[in-house]
Amino acid sequence: MPVLTYIEAINLAMKEEMARDDRVFILGEDVGKRGGVFRATEGLYEQFGEQRVIDTPLAESAIAGVGIGAAMYGMIPIAEIQFADFILPAVNQIISEAAKLRYRSNNDWSCPITIRAPYGGGVHGALYHSQSMEAIFANQPGLKIVMPSNPTDAKGLLKAAIRDPDPVLFFEHKRAYRLLKEDVPENDDIIPLGQANLVREGTDITVISYGLTLHFAKEAAEELKNEHGIESHILDLRTVYPLDQTAIIKAAQKTGKVILITEDNLEGSIISEVSAIIGENCLFDLDAPIKRIAGPNVPAMPYAPSLEKAFMVSQEKIKQAMLDLALF
Amino acid sequence: MTVKTVTMPQLGESVTEGTISQWLINVGDSIEKYQPLLEVMTDKVNAEVPALYSGEIVELLATEDQTVNVGTPLCLIKTFEKQEEVAVSAPSEVVKESETTEEKPEQSSMKKRYSPAVLTLAHEHGINLDTIKGTGLAGRITRKDIQNYLNTNQVTTTEVTESEAHNTEQANQEMGIYTNQSTKREIPVTGIRKAIATNMVRAKTEIPHAWMMIEVDVTDLVSYRNAEKDKFKEEEGYNLSYFAFFLNAVAKALKKFPELNSSWQGDKIVQHKDINLSVAVGNETELYVPVIHHVDEKSIKGIAKEVNELAYKAKHGKLTQKDMEGGTFTVNNTGTFGSVQSMGVINYPQAAILQVESIVKKPVIINDMFAARDMVNLCLSLDHRVLDGVICGRFMSHVKEILENISGKTTPIY
Repeated sequence: MPVLTYIEAINLAMKEEMARDDRVFILGEDVGKRGGVFRATEGLYEQFGEQRVIDTPLAESAIAGVGIGAAMYGMIPIAEIQFADFILPAVNQIISEAAKLRYRSNNDWSCPITIRAPYGGGVHGALYHSQSMEAIFANQPGLKIVMPSNPTDAKGLLKAAIRDPDPVLFFEHKRAYRLLKEDVPENDDIIPLGQANLVREGTDITVISYGLTLHFAKEAAEELKNEHGIESHILDLRTVYPLDQTAIIKAAQKTGKVILITEDNLEGSIISEVSAIIGENCLFDLDAPIKRIAGPNVPAMPYAPSLEKAFMVSQEKIKQAMLDLALF
Repeated sequence: MTVKTVTMPQLGESVTEGTISQWLINVGDSIEKYQPLLEVMTDKVNAEVPALYSGEIVELLATEDQTVNVGTPLCLIKTFEKQEEVAVSAPSEVVKESETTEEKPEQSSMKKRYSPAVLTLAHEHGINLDTIKGTGLAGRITRKDIQNYLNTNQVTTTEVTESEAHNTEQANQEMGIYTNQSTKREIPVTGIRKAIATNMVRAKTEIPHAWMMIEVDVTDLVSYRNAEKDKFKEEEGYNLSYFAFFLNAVAKALKKFPELNSSWQGDKIVQHKDINLSVAVGNETELYVPVIHHVDEKSIKGIAKEVNELAYKAKHGKLTQKDMEGGTFTVNNTGTFGSVQSMGVINYPQAAILQVESIVKKPVIINDMFAARDMVNLCLSLDHRVLDGVICGRFMSHVKEILENISGKTTPIY
């Protein structure tokens, strides 16, 4: 098994899917000759040609719109939004068109588009290069939102997203691109969408998260085990919309002490919904108030390193919160 | 005489350690409870640590500028307070524990704060939470504590239950009683039922009850009511009940004999000017006693209407506190369920209760001749502290007189 970074796993997933199915193509800003600003599409232009790896103008609405049109016509587009922060001009296309197409056409049409976008902060990206955008889309039935937390998942989930018959938003943490690396199985396995993944079993506290913060939680759990003998039960949501309610309820019931983590602003975030699911279903299993760890309700990630550090949900903050909950 | 250990207190939520900036006492000093012992600096606060005991400083266990973790012993104090036997030289775990509880009285309340999970488990397994030691924050019992308790105590618990069950079974066999778990159903006593029980016990234990009963010929009332009832129902939409006539008669009699419209209040008897009649309204499981106010000022129709409204409210659980307040005398319509004689329990703190029994057609001798008459028994329970037989007899006779003379002339419906 080769060791791949998170972004190499994503690159490989696209490469394999394009080789498997001629209908798969990529469009986005600088994805062609340049290979993407993060190099996610590196080598694909050379391998599959300009007809299948298309550089677009700086117009996100057009990227999404062209992709949706192509998808309706029978193609399988992978649209890249260079930074998730820039997805806002495309929101009308994604929510009003892509998400509702199957419903609106009474099942006659569908829209098998995958829209990839790097999200997240902690990279001195400041306001326009650090945001988490998932909550904006997370109450739009018809959409799926996938946010992998490690290279293996990134590959398997992206392949599943590409093959999914409906629109999928695929958010990749930009700091994870080169931070996370691991052995990634050389196979064509896909990881089904809509299913959460139990990554660690424990009896003291339940941690539910996704994306990069899930990785931090895993690291913190290892430290807490070694330093305090605390056993964490960790659930990776993988698909943050729609949520895997069964897995969430089961994980919460396991320990009765639940901590939910997101990098997004706290109010109205994905974990707020997770908290509601637990509140509705697990009252008599709860041993502590549900704890949410999230970014502050501040308009944007600050640029100053000290303030960015204060804003970011870091491994230290996660570890302290997990410890406090375990001791409660 | 005991030696107590002072430990580094937790001076903030996330504070795990503190640096001793200065000792304020020396070995050998006599100190008073709450006297500052040392100054501690943490990344959150600077604070003085007070003595929790009066006594003499035996030893300082940490030095100035030293950074120590929360819970680390700081110094030893020899106290003269009486304490459970504790070795002077070696402060053991036991000492520490008792100190921790004493140090944080405000936090020790967490021991009684149970999470839903803990309560659920305790209920499911019949665990007495007082017997479990909490390992959570400030002694809180965690779900894991219960699970651990269950794991270690499972065997013993089962044994105890079995032997208990066995004992009970044996005892029952000896007494010749056959019991089977499934033949019993336990109904928790709550809300209304509990209130009824409390009131009944109070009335029966405090009030010396006495009883009397009279028989009333209501043949005229029956024919009057039967003549009017269909028309009444058609016009008003509800029944013209006998009960309204009885309430009317009782109200009139109470006006004449206010002694019965009163209550015992220890050193005095309070006579009420208002005639507010409580009427018992029940369903299968509950009993309410709502009140019709100022019955003496109301027509038969007015009374019938209110009875009807209160019965509806009681049936649909819509009675308000206002509906239940201010009763001065109770009339109970026991006849509706076929009773011909009963001894009511007085509605505390009233002085009497009148039971209206079933109207029954009976052979009666009038002028030495048998006649078929509609007869009804009225039963009175009275508080013998307030009332005696003479006054009650007069009251009952008056009620009888009113009822036996009811007609369209004496008692118009409107």
